[in-house]
Amino acid sequence: MSDTTAAKSFSVDVAKLRRKAWYQQPRWTRLLGMVVLGFILALMTGEDGNPAERLSAFTGAFESARLWICLAILVGVWALVEFGAPVRNVARQGRQSVGKSLEPTRAMFRSNGWLRLGGLVLVLVLAIVIPANTSLFWQEVLVTQMGIFMIIAVGLNVVVGWAGLLDLGFIAFYAIGAYSCAFWTGHMPVKPPFTVGALESIPFAIVTCLIAGVLLGAPTLRLRGDYLAIVTLGFHEIVYLVAKNSDGFTNGSRGVIGIPHPSIHIGPINYDWTLDPLPYWYLLLFFLVVLIFLYNRLEHSRIGRTWTAIREDEVAASATGINTVRYKLLAFAIGASTSGLAGVVYSSKVGFINPENFTIVLSVLALAYVVFGGMGSIAGVLFGAALLVWLPNALRDIVPEQDRFIYLGALLVIMMIFRPQGVIPSRRRQRELHMAEAGLGDADAMTEPTGGVKS
Amino acid sequence: MTEAANFEKETAGSVTEAPAMLELVDLQVFYGAIQALKGINVTVRQGEVVALLGANGAGKTTTLRTISGLLQPRHGEVRLGGERIDGVPSHKVVELGIGQSPEGRRVFPVMTVLENLEMGAYRFKGVPKDDLERVLDLFPRLAERRTQLAGTLSGGEQQMLAIGRALMGRPNLLLLDEPSMGLAPLIVQQIFEIIKEINDQGTTVLLVEQNASQALQLADRGYVLETGAIVMEDDASALLSDPRVRAAYLGEGAA
Repeated sequence: MSDTTAAKSFSVDVAKLRRKAWYQQPRWTRLLGMVVLGFILALMTGEDGNPAERLSAFTGAFESARLWICLAILVGVWALVEFGAPVRNVARQGRQSVGKSLEPTRAMFRSNGWLRLGGLVLVLVLAIVIPANTSLFWQEVLVTQMGIFMIIAVGLNVVVGWAGLLDLGFIAFYAIGAYSCAFWTGHMPVKPPFTVGALESIPFAIVTCLIAGVLLGAPTLRLRGDYLAIVTLGFHEIVYLVAKNSDGFTNGSRGVIGIPHPSIHIGPINYDWTLDPLPYWYLLLFFLVVLIFLYNRLEHSRIGRTWTAIREDEVAASATGINTVRYKLLAFAIGASTSGLAGVVYSSKVGFINPENFTIVLSVLALAYVVFGGMGSIAGVLFGAALLVWLPNALRDIVPEQDRFIYLGALLVIMMIFRPQGVIPSRRRQRELHMAEAGLGDADAMTEPTGGVKS
Repeated sequence: MTEAANFEKETAGSVTEAPAMLELVDLQVFYGAIQALKGINVTVRQGEVVALLGANGAGKTTTLRTISGLLQPRHGEVRLGGERIDGVPSHKVVELGIGQSPEGRRVFPVMTVLENLEMGAYRFKGVPKDDLERVLDLFPRLAERRTQLAGTLSGGEQQMLAIGRALMGRPNLLLLDEPSMGLAPLIVQQIFEIIKEINDQGTTVLLVEQNASQALQLADRGYVLETGAIVMEDDASALLSDPRVRAAYLGEGAA
């Protein structure tokens, strides 16, 4: 160690390796990124292309003032971030003081159960009052997309968020639920032994989905997470193609028509749902409240804790005596039946289903809602589903029809870069993500198969 | 359970006379076409600490995975208290009184120390208080950090937690897979002292190790595993002074 001349054992020019061009400096890289983003934004918001003049979308977007406005905004943001330390300090202090002033309120909510209950009741009242005063268009969106997908997201959260199983074919169970309703109300080419009303078909649909979930899960749940995802994708495709091609059973691509609206006739309660969307929202709201209550209990039960263990380390879970396959199957079955419930409500609201209602895109979107909102948190996935359904519909009047989903895509990309844990993440899930990045545990059930190698 | 109690009475005198608890009989295990265990015979008697030594790839972990039901032998038997247990699914093996600390520690990183220990008691439908107190007594470090997330513990503490979690299942037989892996010598010594204490309290231990000198100082008997076969078996003190063992595992000049 006393040597003053260090021994050099390599012939590489290290100075050259360390040197960075100006555009590799973080600050200028970010500027470059912003400029590229500006071009993309201009292109996204710019004119439509037309077949006669193929480049018109580009020239149109880039020649107008639009490009300069986009660039100016984004470079402005960059400058603010890079050089606006004083501005940001003010903003941070503002945030902190707001946070501090909110702290007593928060503490009050944490300690006072009645206050929390009051908060929930307030949300519920808003969920009852606000939809009654919106346009028919939004009521329709609220029922046929938002409410339905909120139920689906809560179900998928059990599978993905809690058990840590990546499911890319969740809508298959939604389809099975919808077709179950069609079958048991007697509107499919194949007739059931007896027919029931739409609401009464819910238990049948749930049982059918449970069985379908177990049938899919039993042979495949020994697979590692990413392989499981492909299997579920395949399962969705099978369900979709069966619905589309078996004319004698599902009426093929023509679909099933005339599925009755739900109705209740129990003692003094008599009510028939019609085409009016608002009553369906209340029906969905009822189901949602029940589901949220049940699943919240489930999360903090022994079963919920078991799922956490499987998700964090499947080998260790098995070593403590957990039957991992059984609990993964349970998650699959619970998720599937929740999705089936959504299928029943949808089909009886719309009265007409065909295979195109259950395309693979919906499975991907459902997963996106869950991840976006925050895996493992019920509030998160509800918010994720609501926001991501709202966005394309809100953009309907602002941007051209065919562009709507570009913005959804952009939002997902930005979100996953800057906030991969989701909008309202569950605390445990967020930490798992951090620790998995540091090389501890798994954050999902993607370890080696516990079944081991059979010889 | 009464059988185990009987064993304990009998073992009060000499350890080597005690009846066999775990027996591996001509155990052959394959990974596909590759034979990992070529017919090994191992006996662990009630109250003993038995060390299973061997280099990387010798088949030590395969042996443990077979005992714990993660692997099925193609030939041979695993017997516990005289009864065959190969073929029992891995989560049921825990209920037979076999606790294990798997290779690489594998704690639940986002559960607290206490939650990890509670998971260890999974097979009881509640958390027995006595067990928790016993484990926290054995590992004062875990008691200090009971509300800390397991993923933020040091390697040694995680190893302690993995052993403590296995103890929460109230095992008669404890399987430890390389508890010294990647730990500083001082910590290894601490952990081995605790293993000794666990054994003194009546738990039989099967210890898989590469750290031969530490393992043999603790163990009553030892087996040396090489490419899937037992090449040596003897009392630990005899193995410790055997020139071949000294050459291969203790880094002394070639025999």
